[in-house]
Amino acid sequence: MAPAVQLRTAVALAGRFPALAGVDLSVAFGEVVVVVGPNGAGKTSLLRACAGLMPVTSGEAVVLGCDLRVDQAAVRHQVGLLGHAAPLYDELTAAENVRFAVRALGLPAATAKPALERLGLVGRLARTPVGRLSAGQRRRVALAALVARAPELWLLDEPHAGLDAAGRRLLAELINEAVAAGTCVLLSSHEPDLTVPLADRVVTMAGGRMAAEQRGGRRAPLAALGAEDTHVA
Amino acid sequence: MLRDALLVAGKDLRIEARSRVALWQVLPFAMLSLVLFAFALGPGQLALRQAAPGLFWLAVLFSTVLAVQRSVAIESGEGTRDGLRLSGIDPAGIFLGKASAVFLELLVLQAVLWAGVTVLFGVHLRTPWLALVASVLATIGLASAGVIYGALSAGLRVRETLLPLLVLPVVAPVLLAGSRAWAAAIGGSVASGVSWLRILGPFAVAYLVLGLVLYGPLQEAS
Repeated sequence: MAPAVQLRTAVALAGRFPALAGVDLSVAFGEVVVVVGPNGAGKTSLLRACAGLMPVTSGEAVVLGCDLRVDQAAVRHQVGLLGHAAPLYDELTAAENVRFAVRALGLPAATAKPALERLGLVGRLARTPVGRLSAGQRRRVALAALVARAPELWLLDEPHAGLDAAGRRLLAELINEAVAAGTCVLLSSHEPDLTVPLADRVVTMAGGRMAAEQRGGRRAPLAALGAEDTHVA
Repeated sequence: MLRDALLVAGKDLRIEARSRVALWQVLPFAMLSLVLFAFALGPGQLALRQAAPGLFWLAVLFSTVLAVQRSVAIESGEGTRDGLRLSGIDPAGIFLGKASAVFLELLVLQAVLWAGVTVLFGVHLRTPWLALVASVLATIGLASAGVIYGALSAGLRVRETLLPLLVLPVVAPVLLAGSRAWAAAIGGSVASGVSWLRILGPFAVAYLVLGLVLYGPLQEAS
């Protein structure tokens, strides 16, 4: 089976600046890959390129069977990107935001309800305009939209930001459930304590390239991580 | 595409209804423009009546800029802009939905504005159907052109000041033809009014088609 994400020496430009400077990465379905690295390493750019929001100018980039160099827009409706800024409308309620997200895909509005309930967005909370919710609650609404749309590839950029302990546990459960169903998860984080245990692999980015790769907590005990570092670039 | 357009239009109209910007800012701005124009022309009823169609359409044009700015602002954040691109909604559907929402807002605004013109200037329509057809065609053109240029300026920091500079010159034919068609509707001169509809109709169709074709590339570029 072809990998969900296949990048070979992929270069993506942010203006004139090469945000990705020759990235090699392959991610299989049902795999969780955590991307770590300092600010400016290219983590967010990697996720945006995989979502078809940043043009790949050279190299190979195939995501969910779509060649991003030929048609980057083709992959967009198949991925779920949870970025720094949530794709939410402040004036709409939590339930309305999630319903809009699922109806945009042509799914029935009722698809939103189980996802809202899974994220604890029920009752008055579901009927509250998103602009009046806390950062953590907004994050939950964005996650509910992601779960309801059930994309084959989750692209999570600092997904723990704003979430409390219960929210972080719930996020871990959602990732595990999605992966068990064959979903591929690519996750960038500055919080390895929270994300490495969820990962099959942990890749380190620096200067827009992959600098190192190691096994994640799903494949190896955390204590063994340091011994399994493998430098790839 | 129609399903997408309905979804986007419903979302934009719901947001407008909740934020009440159109009600508390755009509508008062339009009415204020009318009153100020009336002050500028002085108390002579004849001058006011003769100028009424032009003043009405000037107020509509200025309000169009505000309505389009609001429409762009709904997706001005990085999250919502990306969210719409990732949503799976056809760009042509997004254009049609946003233009439809602006169209409906402007039609309601025109109804209120015309009531204001009737009260302030003492003007009455002798051929209402002509004014209605002119309004519908003109508003399709205004909404379509506005949303296209809104998309063009969406990613720019200076979009709020740039948008009027882009939109107002382009919609000048609507000001001219709309004013003349309404003047004909007031005077009961159907033949003259219909000739101005021949400008408003093609303008509306041209910008509607342009928007359906260009909105996707403009969205990518912004």
